[in-house]
Amino acid sequence: MTTHGVSRRVVLRLSAAVSSLAWLVPGRAFAETIRRRLPWAADQTDRPVQRDERPGFIFFSPAEAAFVEAVVARLIPSDATGPGAIEAEVPRFIDRQLAGPYGEGDRFYLQPPFPKGTPTQGWQMGPPATVYRAGIAAVDRWTAATYGKPFAALDTATQDEALKALEDGRADLSGVVDAKAFFTLLLQNVIEGYFADPIYGGNRDMGAWRMIGFPGARYDLTPWVSRYGEAYPLPPVALTGRSEWKPRS
Amino acid sequence: MADPAVDVVLVGFGWTGAIMAEALTAAGLSVLAFERGGWRTAANDFALPFDQDELRYMWRHHLFQNVAHTTITFRNKPDQQALPMRRLGSFLPGAGVGGGGVHWNGQVWRFLPTDFQARSHNLERYGADAVNADDMTVQDYPVTYAELEPYYDRFDYLCGVSGKAGNLGGAIMAGGNPFEGPRSRDYPNPPLNMPYGPSLFAKAAQGLGYHPFPHPAANMSRPYTNPLGVQLGQCTYCGFCEKFGCGNDSKSSPQTTILPVLMPRPNFTLRTYCEVMKVELTRDGKHATGVSYFDENGMLGFQPANIVILSAFMLENVRLMLLSGIGPPYDPRSGSGTVGKNYSYQIVSSVNVFYDDKITNPFIGAGALGMIIDDFNGDNFDHKGLGFIGGGYLGALNTGARPIETHPVPDKTPKWGAEFKRAVADNYLKTVPIVTHGAVMSHRNNYLDLDPTWRDTFGRPLMRMTFDYTDNEHKMSDYLTDKAAEIGRAMGGREVKSNKRSGPYDISPYQTTHTTGGAIMGADPKSSALNRYLQSWDVPNLFVAGANAFPQNAGYNPMGTVAALSYHCAEAIVNRYVKAPGPLVQA
Repeated sequence: MTTHGVSRRVVLRLSAAVSSLAWLVPGRAFAETIRRRLPWAADQTDRPVQRDERPGFIFFSPAEAAFVEAVVARLIPSDATGPGAIEAEVPRFIDRQLAGPYGEGDRFYLQPPFPKGTPTQGWQMGPPATVYRAGIAAVDRWTAATYGKPFAALDTATQDEALKALEDGRADLSGVVDAKAFFTLLLQNVIEGYFADPIYGGNRDMGAWRMIGFPGARYDLTPWVSRYGEAYPLPPVALTGRSEWKPRS
Repeated sequence: MADPAVDVVLVGFGWTGAIMAEALTAAGLSVLAFERGGWRTAANDFALPFDQDELRYMWRHHLFQNVAHTTITFRNKPDQQALPMRRLGSFLPGAGVGGGGVHWNGQVWRFLPTDFQARSHNLERYGADAVNADDMTVQDYPVTYAELEPYYDRFDYLCGVSGKAGNLGGAIMAGGNPFEGPRSRDYPNPPLNMPYGPSLFAKAAQGLGYHPFPHPAANMSRPYTNPLGVQLGQCTYCGFCEKFGCGNDSKSSPQTTILPVLMPRPNFTLRTYCEVMKVELTRDGKHATGVSYFDENGMLGFQPANIVILSAFMLENVRLMLLSGIGPPYDPRSGSGTVGKNYSYQIVSSVNVFYDDKITNPFIGAGALGMIIDDFNGDNFDHKGLGFIGGGYLGALNTGARPIETHPVPDKTPKWGAEFKRAVADNYLKTVPIVTHGAVMSHRNNYLDLDPTWRDTFGRPLMRMTFDYTDNEHKMSDYLTDKAAEIGRAMGGREVKSNKRSGPYDISPYQTTHTTGGAIMGADPKSSALNRYLQSWDVPNLFVAGANAFPQNAGYNPMGTVAALSYHCAEAIVNRYVKAPGPLVQA
C-alpha cells in the first residue's frame, strides 16, 4: 500500500481519536472512488525502509542483547564456512524488527482470549516483542535454576544443551512462554536476519549471500537460464546496490 | 443513505472481480466494484528493484491479507475448539486491487475432463466404496470440460500463457501434456527457456516412460499483446514471482492484462478501502437489494444494485453468504444444508535431489518455470488396489530459491549450528526440488461455518474452518512422493531426500493458497449452493465467483478454472439473465 511518509498505523491512531467508528476501517485516509482513470502518484512510491544506522540496540536491554548475541552465535556460529550470525549482525536485525511494526504484531490477530491450542493450530501468543521480552527472561531464569547462570554466561557446550532442551520443548519455562514456540521464533528470525536484504540490518555486506552463491536482487538472469552447470560469476547485489559501490560504514 | 443504483455491484477486486467487471462493462452494464484494500500499481507499490525483497513481501506479508483485522479460526476436527489463525502461514490470500493475482506464480491449468465428473467417473471405474470411503462427499460439477473450453481459452489468451499444447482438438502433440483435455488452439506463447534442474528432471522422467512437458506459465516467454490490447514484457527470470508483485510487467495480473482497458470505461467505478458488511435482502430473503458497506468516512453506506456478485477470496465469499443469511448453513451431523459444505484444500510434498558435481543455479526462476509430468494426476493412471482416488502433478519447478525460504539440506542435518551452516553453503547451488501438487477430495467433516467466539474489527464473527486430511489424501500424497523420489533417483544425484506430508493438517507452514469449496456449484439446491452459472439457488440475483464453487479440489492450481467459470457466469448474465431476470436453472 502506498504510504505518505506517515505510517497507516499512525493515521489510524489519529483517526481513532476523532471518530469512534473510524478505526474500524483500515486505511480510511486513503479510500477513494476511482472513475475513468488509472491512478498513479509521483513521489508516493511504497519504498522500502531506510537502513537504521543508529548505534547499539533500540529494543533490547543490555541483558537481553547479551542473551540474543549468545543465542545467535550458537545457531549460526562463526567459522571458516562463512560469516556467523554475529558478523552478519543478526542481533541488530532482530532488534530493529522488534522495535518496529513486526514487534508490535501489526499483522497478527491479537484479539483475546488466548486458550492453549494443539500444535497444528499455530501461533497462540501475543506480539513478537512481548514474546521476546517474556521469553528471554523465562529462559534466563530456567538456565539459572538448571545450570546456575543466565544463558549468556554459560559455556558453549552448555548453551547448546540448553538450546536443544528448548528446541525439543523439554525446558520448563513455567508456562510463561512455550519453549518450543519461542525457539522456533528465534531460529526463524535468525535465518531471516542472516539472509534478508542488508537494509534490515543483518546480512552485513551480503556475506550470507556470498557464502551460498545467491546473487540477490539481480534484474535479468535470462542469459544464464540455458548455461547448464556454469557458476554464476557476478557478485550479489542488494536493493541499495553493491557494497563495493560505496564506502564501508 | 442509498447511493445511486447500478446494474452490478462486485464485492472484491482481484482476478475474478476484474474478469467480471471487464466482461460486464463491455456488454454495457454499469458496474461498481468494492475493494477493501487500496489501489495498487507496479510503479507505486512493487517497482524494480525493491519488489525483490524477500523479507518484506514473503515474511512480513506486505501484499497479503492483514489478519490483524480479519482472520479465520481453525481446528482439525469438529470436537475441538477452533482457535484464531493469528498470523498467515498455510495459505496467503491477497489484499488490495488485483488481490492474489498480484502475488501469484502464474500457474495456469485446466482441470482434466474427468475431474468434472469426480463422483460418477470414479464410481463407474472403481465402485461405490471408492467414492464413499472416509465419509467422502465428492460430487460432480454441473458443467463439463467441453463446455468450459472456450472460457479456458479466453483466459489463456488474456494472460499470454507460455506453454506447449499436448492435445489439439483430439490430436496428441509431442512435447505437451498428452493427458489434458482437447484444446481449440495452442498456447499464445511458446514455453519459457528451461533451466538445468527442470531439464534434468525431464530427461529422467522421459527415461522412465513418463511424459514431461513445460509448466503452463503466465510469465511471458516473449513480449505479448493480449486480445484487449494490453502489453506485457518478456520475463527476466529474476526469481521473484511467487509472493511478490512483478515490477517488470512480465507476469499476468489484473493490473497487467485488464485494468488499463477497464478503468477508463465510463460505466465502471472502483471504490477502494470500502469493506462490505453484508448482502442486503428483501424481507422474504429471496432477492438481493444491494450491499451495505463502511465507506471512507467510517459511515455505513448502502449500494443498491440489480445484481450482486461476490468476487472476494473464496473464504470471504462464503463468510459473506453466512453473514447475510443466504442459503441454508451446512450441518455436518445431518449432512443437510449447503453453505460451508465441502471445504477443501490441496496436499503438497516435495523431494530434494542433491548433487556433488552439478551447479543448478536454483535462484534462476519464474513463477511457473519448470517441467511437469501429469501421469499421476486425476484418473490418468489405474487406481485399482491403491486405496485412494485422485492424484496430482509432480515436477521440478524453479520458482526462485530465495534463501530465507529455500536452503535445502540433506537428510539428518541439524536445524542449526556449524553443521547446518556448512550444509546450506555446500548444497544451495547444487539441488533440484521436485514438488507434488495433490488433490484433496471433499469429506463430511471438512467444512466452514461462523465462529462462536472470535470476531473481526467490525464485530462480525470470524469464519471457522474445520479441516483435516484423511487416509485418501495421505495415501495419494505418499504415492506421488514415491514417484517423485523414483524420478529423483534417476537424476543421478548423490542423495534424494523425501519430504512426505505426514500427520494432521497444520495451519502454520506455507503449503498452498488453493483453498476451495464452501459455496459449491451443483445440479440441485439440496446438495449445492450455486447452480452451473454460479448463481445462488436461494437468491437468484446473487452470483458467487471463486474457488468456493469447486465441489472438491483437483490436482491443479485453481485459477484457470476459476477464470473459466467466471467467464461462463458473465456470459450467462449478459446473454440470459439481464433479458429475463430469475433463476437460470430451474430447481
